[in-house]
Amino acid sequence: MKKYKFLILRRIIQLSFLLLFAGGNYFGWEILRGNYSSAIIADSLHLSDPYAVLQILVSGFIASSSVLLGALLIFLIYALIGGRMFCSWICPMNIITDISFRLRRIFKIETEAKVSVSRNLRYYILALSLIVSVVFGMAAFEIISPISMLHRAIVFGSGAGWAIVAVVFFVDLFVLKAGWCGHICPLGGFYSLIGKQAVIKVKHDKEKCTHCMDCFDVCVEEPVLDIVGKKSDFIRSGACTNCGRCIEVCHDNAMKYSLKFDLKK
Amino acid sequence: MVSRRKVIQRVLEGAVFVGGGGLIWGKSINASTKADYVLRPPGALKEKDFLKACIKCGQCVEVCPYDTLKLAEPGDGIANGTPFFEPRTIPCYLCTDMPCTDSCPSGALDLKNLSKEEEKPDILNSRMGLAVIHKESCLAYWGIRCEACYRACPLIDKAITLDYEVNKRTGMHAKLLPVVHSDVCTGCGVCEQACVAEKAAIFVLPLDKATGKVGDHYIKGWEKEDEKRINEEVEKADDDKDVKSAIDYLNDDDLIDD
Repeated sequence: MKKYKFLILRRIIQLSFLLLFAGGNYFGWEILRGNYSSAIIADSLHLSDPYAVLQILVSGFIASSSVLLGALLIFLIYALIGGRMFCSWICPMNIITDISFRLRRIFKIETEAKVSVSRNLRYYILALSLIVSVVFGMAAFEIISPISMLHRAIVFGSGAGWAIVAVVFFVDLFVLKAGWCGHICPLGGFYSLIGKQAVIKVKHDKEKCTHCMDCFDVCVEEPVLDIVGKKSDFIRSGACTNCGRCIEVCHDNAMKYSLKFDLKK
Repeated sequence: MVSRRKVIQRVLEGAVFVGGGGLIWGKSINASTKADYVLRPPGALKEKDFLKACIKCGQCVEVCPYDTLKLAEPGDGIANGTPFFEPRTIPCYLCTDMPCTDSCPSGALDLKNLSKEEEKPDILNSRMGLAVIHKESCLAYWGIRCEACYRACPLIDKAITLDYEVNKRTGMHAKLLPVVHSDVCTGCGVCEQACVAEKAAIFVLPLDKATGKVGDHYIKGWEKEDEKRINEEVEKADDDKDVKSAIDYLNDDDLIDD
């Protein structure tokens, strides 16, 4: 069970968010309303996705102060504390892509040779989304976001939402390993950029490491583990989602959640 | 050192990515908004601004007690995730507490759009659209007594009134003709839902689709307020005129023949 403690906790949190959102629509619960772009807690505290709000701003509309403050709050939480934790602890798409990732390992589906795509693609898509938002006067990613569509599929019963989610699932499974979360999603790219210097980071202890490579097997952002077995340090890359899979699969206790206060590159 | 060839290749790749990707992305945005028209919830900004402002959180849809509002899906031809309603299915019942407008976090729906000057917001100020009557398919205009829309209208005798007219065909009956008044009609669409015709003969269109514009140079001479505009226009014209240059123009050498 120890091997899955963070995974189980993450799923509980992700599903709780979905349950609360769905309850808000179907039963009128007021604990959490809205979606992953903009939500309201207990009918009083606004939370907004800073990337969504950025798109709205560049498209030429000054959003209301409640949305701006909600976005600032979320920005600060992830930039200072959580890093890219949204991706692995909150985002519902992570459940789908993790299933693809798992199935790949179980059935040994390998496509690396056929398709090679840079993980930096997401940063280019992020930049492009802002350009498209400016030119077409509309938040570009929000229109096509599979995250929002998955939310709508569950909370509003949107059939088309499931179709898009299925596309992402099969692309991840058969075309590109960790395709969506690791290469394409500009929201993930956004949180990678802003979360680089966040306090919560995974720390690696080289002395304990036995080079079993189990952590590489489970990591959806493999390149972030470059120091493993070579140097004792934090996993400093902003792309690390702090999912904790490496910690729970490590037999040698060479990985652990830790707090980082220096600002080294 | 990066070779020149490499640099040129990179730049070209970038250009293809931005140009090609941006074009496809933009096209898909446009495709998602290709519906002829769409009716938005009360208090919505003008469509162009609404599309910028809406964060697609769905809270207006959640709080709508009549399930009037729906979220657009891919294939609807309406920007994915934005709220809209189809009056023929479920119209807007004009809740006096305006839960949908009130719930909007981003400002795409704004109570300010429902208040005149400093007054309190009032749902009756909403202009989601304007009901339009197609006389040829309206039973009342045929001379058959109907009044379905008139009776259903939440602003009966204000937004829809009945005109009486002699039925010339029979020579002895009256036609009770529904007429919509655009200064009162909220565009709620209750009339459209009530219409007994197979395809509604009274239907709501967005304001810009259902209204015309005379142009500022026409002035209602019989209305004091409107006539004031004549003086305003004259004053403005005087201010703009550069009298000196007009005189100089006559004295200009080029105009005097040698």
